[in-house]
Amino acid sequence: MAHRHRTRSHARPPASAEALARGLGWFSLALGAAELLGARSMARWLGMERHESLIRAYGVREIATGIGILAQKDPAPWIWGRVAGDALDLATLSGALRDPKAHRDRVAVAFGAVMGATVLDVACANALSGQEPPRHRRAVDYSDRSGLPRPPGQMRGAARDFEVPRDMRIPDALRPYRQPRRQERPQPSM
Amino acid sequence: MKALRWYGKGDIRCEQVPDPGIEDPRDAIIKVTSCAICGSDLHLYNHFMPGMQKGDILGHETMGEVVEVGSAVRNLKVGDRVVIPFTIICGECDQCRRGNYSVCERSNRNAHLAAKAFGHTTAGLFGYTHLTGGYAGGQAEYLRVPYADATHVKVPDGIPDEKLLFLSDIFPTGWQAAVQCDIEPTDTVAIWGAGPVGQMAIRSALLLGARQVVAIDRIPERLSMARAGGAIAINFEEESVIERLNELTAGRGPEKCIDAVGMEAHVSMAHPDTILDRAKQAVMLETDRPHVLREMIYVCRPAGVLSVPGVYGGLLDKIPFGAVMNKGLTIRTGQTHVNRWTDDLLRRIQEGQIDPSFVITHTAGLEDGPQMYETFRDKKDGCVKVVLKPQ
Ligand SMILES: [Zn+2]
Ligand SMILES: [Zn+2]
Repeated sequence: MAHRHRTRSHARPPASAEALARGLGWFSLALGAAELLGARSMARWLGMERHESLIRAYGVREIATGIGILAQKDPAPWIWGRVAGDALDLATLSGALRDPKAHRDRVAVAFGAVMGATVLDVACANALSGQEPPRHRRAVDYSDRSGLPRPPGQMRGAARDFEVPRDMRIPDALRPYRQPRRQERPQPSM
Repeated sequence: MKALRWYGKGDIRCEQVPDPGIEDPRDAIIKVTSCAICGSDLHLYNHFMPGMQKGDILGHETMGEVVEVGSAVRNLKVGDRVVIPFTIICGECDQCRRGNYSVCERSNRNAHLAAKAFGHTTAGLFGYTHLTGGYAGGQAEYLRVPYADATHVKVPDGIPDEKLLFLSDIFPTGWQAAVQCDIEPTDTVAIWGAGPVGQMAIRSALLLGARQVVAIDRIPERLSMARAGGAIAINFEEESVIERLNELTAGRGPEKCIDAVGMEAHVSMAHPDTILDRAKQAVMLETDRPHVLREMIYVCRPAGVLSVPGVYGGLLDKIPFGAVMNKGLTIRTGQTHVNRWTDDLLRRIQEGQIDPSFVITHTAGLEDGPQMYETFRDKKDGCVKVVLKPQ
C-alpha cells in the first residue's frame, strides 16, 4: 500500500511573489518617510490633527517593515507584519470615519487605498508562505483506504464495549441514554 | 548513526551523530525499525514552537527492537519489540498514578522551563523542544528511551511495523480525542482537520458509535480518505462549514467537536480572522492561529463538548469565551495519555477491528527525511502520512 518516493522539486516561492515583496518593501520605505516627515500636513489634510504623532509612529513602523522586507533573506514574516500594520491603519481610519472633525471624504479615500494595499499584502504573503494551492495538483483518490475490515456502516459502534473513564465522561445534559434513573429529576426526553 | 536534525525554519538535515548510550539505570536503547513524521513536527519545521536548538534530533513516533537495557529495567530484554510513546513517563509520580501520563511530573528534565511557560511542568517528550526536556527524538537509527521500564509498549512479533507504529501517537491521540467526547449513539461528531490524527479520530468516533461523523478539510485526497472511514466530508474552501453543520444537525449544531488542526490553521481569504492571526503572529502579538477553536465554539451545540488534540503553543487572541460560558461548553484538551489506551488499542488491532496503516501514503529511507518533511508540509503528491525506515 505504501510506495517509495523520491522527487526533487523545490517549493521556492514564485519569482513574481518575490518581486512583489521587494516592491512592497520600497513602498513601505517611501510611505514611511512620507508619514514621518510629512506627518503634520498629512494630519491636516485628513482633518486628524490630534493624530499627528500617531502618524509619525506609523511612519517609523513602515520604515522598519520596509527595511525588514528588503534586508532579510525570508521576507514573508515582514510582509505579514505589513498586514498587521494595515489592520492598525484601517482601525485608525475607521475611527476617523466616525469623527465629525475629520475630512471624512478624504479619510474614505485613504481607507480605500489602505484596503487595496492590504489585498496586495495578503496575496503576496500567502504566495511567499507557500499557501497558494499548487497549480498542477493531481488529486489522489483514497476512497479505498478505510482501515476497517467491513464497510463503515457495519463498523459503527464496534468499540462500544469500551468504557469511557470517569474523568472523560460528558455532562449529563448530553446523555440521552444510560442516565441513572432518579425520582427527583425530570426524565430525559429521548 | 544517522539522524534527522533541526537547524531552523524549513531546515532539516540527515546527519551523522554519535550513537546514544545508557545514561541512567532505567534507560533502554532501541534500534529503530520504523518512525514517522507527525503533524506536530511541522510546527517545529515551520518554527512556530519556541525552545528548539540547532542540531536537535527530531521525531516522536518510533518503534524498534531493544538492543541495550539499563540495570534497573526488569521488564525489557534485548530483542524485545517495542513501540515508544511520544510521552516519557516515570510511572510513579502522582499524575502517572492517576493515568495522566502526558503531565508526568518527573520525566521532563527541564521542568523549570516548562513551569515558567505553563505554570507547572508537563511530561518530557521525545524530539520536541527543550521545554519538554530536550530529549533526542526517534527519527534516527537508534533511540535512547529514558524511564524505559514505564514508557515502552511491548508488541508481539508477527504483525508488521506499519500496523503498530501509530500506537506511539496518532492512533491513541485520535482515540483519546473521541473518547473524551464520550460519544452517544445520537451524536454528531464534527472533526476539523483530516490529517493523520483527524483520520484516526474519524474512525475512533465511528467505532465508538457516533451517529454521524463529519470531517472538515480542504485537501481533496484527505477528504476522500475521510469518506472511506465513514465521514461526511466538508471542503471549507467550497462551502460554509457553519451552514453545512447546521444543515446536518437540523440547526442544533454538533454535540461534539474535535480540533485536530491546532495552532497553524490554514490562512485563507474566506476566513479574515486567519489573515489577522497570521499577521499578529508575524509581529508577535499572538503565537497561535485559533480559527478552528473560534468556529467550534460558535457552531457547537449548547452544553456540548470541545475536544482539542491539536497542538497549541502559547497565546491566542479573540477567543469568544462569552459563547463558551453562555453555551455551557465543556472543553477537554491535552497531550495524549498514550499508555492509558495502548493495551486496549493493541487488542483492537490484533482482533482486526482497525488497521491504522491505512493512513500511510509515503515510505522512504531516513536520508530522504528532509525531502519528506517538505512533501508532507506542502501536501504534495497526495501525502497524508510518511513513514521512514532508518535501516
Ligand atoms: Zn505526533
Ligand atoms: Zn510520572
